[in-house]
Amino acid sequence: MAYSEKVMDHFANPRNVGELTDADGVGEVGNSKCGDIMKMYIKVKDDIITDVSFKTFGCGAAIATSSMATELVKGKSIHDALKLTNKAVMEALDGLPPVKVHCSVLAEQAIKAALSDYYTRQGIDPVPIVGKINEVECHLED
Amino acid sequence: MSKHIYADHAATTRLSDKALAAMMPYLTECYGNPSSLYRLGGESQKAVDAARMTMQECLNAPRPNDIYFVSGGSEADNWAIRGAAEIGAKKGKKHIISTEFEHHAVLHTLDYLKKQGFEITLLPVHENGIVRPDELEAAIREDTALVTVMFANNEIGTIQPIKELCAVAHKHNVLFHTDAVQAVGTLPIDVQELDVDLLSLSSHKFHGPKGVGALYIRKGLNLPNLIYGGAQERGKRAGTENTAGIVGMATALKEAVGSIPQRTERLTRMRDRLIDGLLKIDRSRVNGDRLHRLPGNVNMCFEGIEGESLLLMLDLKGVSASSGSACTSGSLDPSHVLLALGLPHEIAHGSLRLTFGDDNTEEDIDYILSVVPPIIERLRSMSPLWEKIVMQDRHDNQKEG
Repeated sequence: MAYSEKVMDHFANPRNVGELTDADGVGEVGNSKCGDIMKMYIKVKDDIITDVSFKTFGCGAAIATSSMATELVKGKSIHDALKLTNKAVMEALDGLPPVKVHCSVLAEQAIKAALSDYYTRQGIDPVPIVGKINEVECHLED
Repeated sequence: MSKHIYADHAATTRLSDKALAAMMPYLTECYGNPSSLYRLGGESQKAVDAARMTMQECLNAPRPNDIYFVSGGSEADNWAIRGAAEIGAKKGKKHIISTEFEHHAVLHTLDYLKKQGFEITLLPVHENGIVRPDELEAAIREDTALVTVMFANNEIGTIQPIKELCAVAHKHNVLFHTDAVQAVGTLPIDVQELDVDLLSLSSHKFHGPKGVGALYIRKGLNLPNLIYGGAQERGKRAGTENTAGIVGMATALKEAVGSIPQRTERLTRMRDRLIDGLLKIDRSRVNGDRLHRLPGNVNMCFEGIEGESLLLMLDLKGVSASSGSACTSGSLDPSHVLLALGLPHEIAHGSLRLTFGDDNTEEDIDYILSVVPPIIERLRSMSPLWEKIVMQDRHDNQKEG
């Protein structure tokens, strides 16, 4: 199994790492038993994601997909961010090994979880807009 | 990448210069088939015979013919276990005892036998990674055909009391096999003193070439044939011999066995210094017994981080290591060995295995000790799991305070 150069770059030099103490939305997905947890923080102004950051416990692909997902939504409108797919994250990283596809799913879910939290804080029910955040299964393959 | 430290000797080892030199003639001019009658074949036959004698001496087997050449450790394990199972089944014995932390070459063979109607008991290995003879004795039944216990574990390096376990099995007239892949060449092994019936070994773990190994079969134990065909390996394992591989393996084993005391002393010192140094990291632990372990094996867990990230970071720093994390195993479960020790999943995910050999130096240990702590600090600084652990600690301390 080998990672693409882009994955290794985002793993070794992850973008947007850390906490945003004054975040407008925080989302966390995954669990420690499965071996990956992603936490995303967003700042929103006039429906634009002005800042975004992440903290991730997980493998190289988990860190790289988190980093790439934050890059893909940074500066975008929340409506565009809602359209983020795991496929887009994978493509931006020049692909992932098959066993790591679930990391990109987690990254998409983490962004959506942060957006859900943002809507909830605004007093808006997030479910009709963001949909349900599904618990990503540990055992996706086989 | 300028610096490179190979610290994964449990995975495989570099081919020794002596072994390569010994192999070269059989990869070039001495290409004869050992079974052929003319001189070119005879030279190959002589080389295979000499290698068998060397192997016999290194393991103190009674006769050269007790050594059977195979393609590696997995083949030896498969043959020994399936063969012993067949012998047992003929007597109506369809129960096999092994342990929770065997290599997959053993565990998956046992899964196959289970489907064939065998009952399998896997002994616990406890927190220290060592099988207890009294628990083996309690597990033996009238219909037990075989006990198979690894000599030393491939992940955590813990050494099993093979002689005692074998004595327990024999007391109840049960055959005993040991997968000694991690032990041969590293620990002194005397098959007569141990009294084992079957012992598996693999060449590339002791600086021999890959694709070759051996199974020791005790005289008089009529193990069923593995491969039908020509008369090679007394007709039990047919197929033209891998002459160069066999010669390389025997050369490497002789070399390895000849320096066990010096290597043990040197690697044990390096191992212990590395473990002591890494234990200074907050929330770290050694996996497996500290004393009864292979001289070159370090296996630790660091809470709040995931092993594959640690390996990739180490690789960027020029260190080749291994982990029992799910991400590195190709499956999504962490190592069955670490889980068998009773570690929770989230801790087992954060494991690191470093295994050393003759090529490693004290400077390598210094370097590893200088690069690991900052990597762990960095990974923890970006880990929400670590954040939770720290918050839980604070909460607990406040309660106590």
